[in-house]
Amino acid sequence: MKHFRKGDGERSGLFTRRALLLGGAQAVLLTALAGRLYQLQVIETQRFATLAEENRINLRLLPPSRGLIFDRTGQPLAVNRNNFRAMATSDRGRGADVLVERLDQIVGLGETEKNRLLRELRRSRNAQPVVVRENLGWEEVARLEFNAPDLPGVFIDLGQSRDYPEGELMSHLVGYTGRVSDEDLAGRDDPVLQLATMRFGKKGVERSLEDDLRGRAGAVQVEVNAVGRVVRELDRTEGQPGSNALLTIDLDLQRFVAERIKDHQSGSVVVMDVVTGDVIAMVSTPGFDPSTFARGITQAEWRDLLDNPERPLHNKAIAGVYPPGSTYKMVTALAALESKAIDPYTRLPCTGFLELGNIKFHCWMKGGHGSTNVTEAIAASCDCFFYEAARRAGIDRISDMAQRLGFGRVSELGLPGESAANQPSRAWKQEKLGKPWQHGDTFNLGIGQGYMTATPLQLAIMTARIANGGYEVQPNLLLAKATPREELAPPPPRIRPTAPSLRLNPQHLQLIRQGMTDVVNSGHGTANHLRQRDPAFVFAGKTGTAQVKRITERERDMGITQASLPWHLRHHALFVCYGPVENPRYACAVIIEHGMAGGATAGPIGRDVLVETIKRDPSRRTDGFRKMASR
Amino acid sequence: MTFAPMSGVALDAPAPVGFAEKIWRINWGLVLVLTAIAGVGVLALYSAAGGRFEPWAARHAVRYGSALMLMLVVAMVHPRIWLALAWPIYVLSLLLLIAVDVIGKIGMGAQRWLVVGPMQIQPSEIAKVAVILVLARYYHGLRKEQASQFLYTLPPLLVILAVVGLVMVQPDLGTAMMVLMGGGALLFVAGVRIWMFLAAGVAAVACLPVAWSFMHEYQRKRVLTFLDPDRDPLGAGYHITQSKIAIGSGGLFGKGFLKGTQSSLNFLPEKQTDFIFTTFVEEWGMAGACVLLALFSLVLIWGFAIAFRSHHHFGRLLALGVTAMMFLYVFINTAMVMGLLPVVGVPLPLVSNGGTALVSVMFACGLLIGVNVYRDAQLPRTR
Repeated sequence: MKHFRKGDGERSGLFTRRALLLGGAQAVLLTALAGRLYQLQVIETQRFATLAEENRINLRLLPPSRGLIFDRTGQPLAVNRNNFRAMATSDRGRGADVLVERLDQIVGLGETEKNRLLRELRRSRNAQPVVVRENLGWEEVARLEFNAPDLPGVFIDLGQSRDYPEGELMSHLVGYTGRVSDEDLAGRDDPVLQLATMRFGKKGVERSLEDDLRGRAGAVQVEVNAVGRVVRELDRTEGQPGSNALLTIDLDLQRFVAERIKDHQSGSVVVMDVVTGDVIAMVSTPGFDPSTFARGITQAEWRDLLDNPERPLHNKAIAGVYPPGSTYKMVTALAALESKAIDPYTRLPCTGFLELGNIKFHCWMKGGHGSTNVTEAIAASCDCFFYEAARRAGIDRISDMAQRLGFGRVSELGLPGESAANQPSRAWKQEKLGKPWQHGDTFNLGIGQGYMTATPLQLAIMTARIANGGYEVQPNLLLAKATPREELAPPPPRIRPTAPSLRLNPQHLQLIRQGMTDVVNSGHGTANHLRQRDPAFVFAGKTGTAQVKRITERERDMGITQASLPWHLRHHALFVCYGPVENPRYACAVIIEHGMAGGATAGPIGRDVLVETIKRDPSRRTDGFRKMASR
Repeated sequence: MTFAPMSGVALDAPAPVGFAEKIWRINWGLVLVLTAIAGVGVLALYSAAGGRFEPWAARHAVRYGSALMLMLVVAMVHPRIWLALAWPIYVLSLLLLIAVDVIGKIGMGAQRWLVVGPMQIQPSEIAKVAVILVLARYYHGLRKEQASQFLYTLPPLLVILAVVGLVMVQPDLGTAMMVLMGGGALLFVAGVRIWMFLAAGVAAVACLPVAWSFMHEYQRKRVLTFLDPDRDPLGAGYHITQSKIAIGSGGLFGKGFLKGTQSSLNFLPEKQTDFIFTTFVEEWGMAGACVLLALFSLVLIWGFAIAFRSHHHFGRLLALGVTAMMFLYVFINTAMVMGLLPVVGVPLPLVSNGGTALVSVMFACGLLIGVNVYRDAQLPRTR
C-alpha cells in the first residue's frame, strides 16, 4: 500500500499542479468574458441601444390615393380600383432566391418576372416591400394565403390601381401612369415616390397634373420583426389624397367627335372655347388602350404601338406638325394689313400663277381668280393674292403676326409632348440651313407652305384669337381642381376674355372674319357646301390643303391625281372654323392626314363638330347665343 | 499492472460507506447551483417564447427534473462500474456516431440526431462523456513515468481523434472542438509532456489548410465572418451582429424580464438554443450575466474541489474531465454569442433548450458527484 500510495502521491502532485494551472487558465478566460460583457454592455451600450431601435422600428409610408379625373360634366375619366397585390419583403435580400422559387411554383412568375423580383428584393432598403404581382384574382390570393407558412415575408396588400373607363377615347388626353422612373424623381424629393407601389403620370393629364393628383404620403411607424412582418403599429400620420380634377373636356362631345372621324385612318380635331380657352374636345386617332399600361405593357405590345405608321401613341392634336396651307392665309392677310402693305380696298390680280424670276408660283385655280380684295381672296382662297400680299408685307411682319397668333411656340396647355412646330423667320433659316431668306420662301410662307408647320392646336388657337376679337387666349385643359375635402365645381361661366389683347386693328379683324364667313356662306366661298340655314349655327371657316408631295406639271398631264397616289403621299386635308358668326364662342381645327382636300374631307367634320358643340352646351351660352336660341 | 499488495496496514482502508453516508456525501450545494442555473434556463426560455411556458420553458423544467433524478442515480453508482463500462460505452458511442453519419437525419444542415423510438439522441453528446471515461480509465492504469512517455500517449490520442473525426464529418465543429480541447485538458493533467502539446499545436497549425479544404462552405463562411464580421454584415455576420446588438442594448441592468425587443422580434437566430444567453442577457443586463457566470464558476470550483479530494486517480481525472467539459460548454457558447469565437453551435448547458445536451451534462455531473461520494473507494489499476 505504501508503494501504491507513493506512486499515487507522485501522480497526485503532478495532477494538482497541472489542474491548478488549468483552473487558472479557466479563470483568466472567464474574466475575459466578463471584460467582453463590460465592453458590450457598459462602454458601447449606447451604440447598441440605438442599433436595436433602428432594427425594431420601421417607418412605412402610406401611399396616398391618387386624385380622380372627371370631364367638365362630372363623368369619370380616371378612377382608382381596388387592387389585391402580393408584396414581398426579404430579410435584406437573404433567402430571396428560395422565396422567388417558391412564389414561382405557387403563382407562376416566369423568367423575366423572377429576375425583376430578385433584383428588387436585393435592392430594397429598410425592408420596404416590393411588388410580386398586381391585380390578383381570388384564386391566387387564396393560394398565397394557404401557402403563407412557406412564404416568409410575403403578404397580400390591398392597394389601388388606375382604371380608365373611357379607354381609347381619352387615351391621349388623360394619359396613363407607370412605375416611377429615375427621370421622374429628378427635382422631386417626395419620399413617397420611393415606394414600389407608387405610380407616376407618364402621359397626358396624368403627367401634367402629376404633382396635384399624387397627394401627400401618410406614414406609419411600425414595430417589425426580423423578416419584416409588422408586429404592431406605434404611430400613424394620415396622408392626404391627391386632388381631384375637372377637365374642360366635354366627354359627350369628345365621343361625338371620335365617332365622326373614325372613318378616317388618322386625324385630329381640337375644339376650343374662344373666350376662356377651354379645350372642349381634343381627339387624335387612332388612340391606344391605356389599360395595357395600367396592367403593365408587354414588349410585343409596346413594339406594335411604336411601329404602327398611324402612330397611335402620338397625340396628333398637339404633337402632329403639318404645313397649315391655306388656313395660314389669315395670318398673311393680317400682317399685310397691319403693315399697310395692302389696305381693305387693295385689289390684286390673279392669272393662275405668279412669276418670280423664272419660277412660276401657281394658284390652285388654273384659270386664276381675276382681281380680288382681301375678303374675297380669303373666301376664294386665291393663292396669287397671298403671294403678292406676303411679298409686300415681308417675312419679318408675317413671322411676327404668326407668333402673336400662337404659331411657332408651345402653348400653355401643359400636356407633355406638345410641339412648337415651326414658324420660319430669317434668323431661323440662317441658323438652321445656313442660307439667307429668299423671296420664294416668302411666297411659300404666304400660303402656309414651305418651311411652315403648325399643330392642330395652334390652328385652333389662331382661329380662337381671330374669333374672339384679338385676345391672346391660351388653351386650357383644367377646369377646376380640389382636394377631396373641398367641393369640386366648375368656375362661374365667363363671357368676356380675360386674356391680354393682341392690339389688332378691329377693322382688319372684321375683314378677315368676313372673308372666313364668306368661305362657308357666300357663293364663291371654297366651302359653301357647308353652309348652315339655321341662324343659330351659322359659322365661318377656312379650308386648307397641305402638300405632302408636289404633283409636277408632267405628272398632272399624265393624269395623276391625288386619289391615285398612295395614301401616305396624298395631301393633308385641313379645316378651321368658328361659330356662331354673330357672337363667336367656339373654334375648331380639323386635320385629316392625307385626306386630300380640306373643303371636301375636313370641312364636313368641322361643320358637324362645331354645330354639335353649339347645340349641346347650355352652360356655356353667351348672351348672343341665348338671344339666338330664344328667337 | 498488478494490485498493490494488501499489507497489514489494511487499517488505512476506509470503512465501507453506508447508504446514509452516501446520501450525505452528495454535494447538495452543487445540486442547488445546478438547479439555479436550470431555473435561469426556464426563465429565459419563458421569455424567448414571448412570455409563455410553451413550447420550451415547461418542457425544460420537466426535462431538468428527470435529468436530476438520473444524475442522482448516476452519482450512487460505484466508480468500479464506470471503470468496467468505460470502453463498452466508448465503443457504443463510436458505433452510434458512425450510424448517425450514415443514416442520420438532416437537421440544421448537419446530421446529428438518431431517432430511437420517441427520442432523438445525439451520439456526439454520449461520445463526449465516453471520451472522458475512457481517458480517465486509461491514465488511472498508468504509472507516472508511463503517462509521460510518448508511446503511451498514442492510444488516448487515437481515442480522441476517432471521435473528433466522426463528429467533424457530421459536421459539428463545436462538439469536435470540445472533445479535442477537453481531451487535451485531460492529457495535460494526466501528465503528458508539455513538448507534446507544443508539437501538437505546431502540427495543428500545419494542418489548417487541410482542415480548411475539408470544411463545409458555411463553416468557412463562419470562420471568415468571425475573423472579419464586417465582411458580410447582412449575411453570415448577421447572427453575431444581431446577438451583439441584443447584448449591448441590454446595458448594465437589462431591459427587464419579458421586455427584450431583439429576441422577441426574431432578430436573433436560434434564440432558444445556442443564443439563449443573449436572450437572457438582453433582459437581465450585465448584472444577470455576471450572476449566471458566477453560478457556472461555482460549478467549476466544486468540480476542482471534488477532483482534489478524490483518493483515486480515476476519480480525479473523471472529475476534472467533467469540469473541463462544463467549462468548454460555457466558454465556447458565451464567447460565441459575444463575437469572440466563430458561431459553432454549442449550447449553454442547463439553459439552452434541448434534451440530449441536458441529459449528457447532468449525467456528467452525476459522475462528478459520484467521484465525491466514492472519493475513498479503492480501485484496481487494471489495464
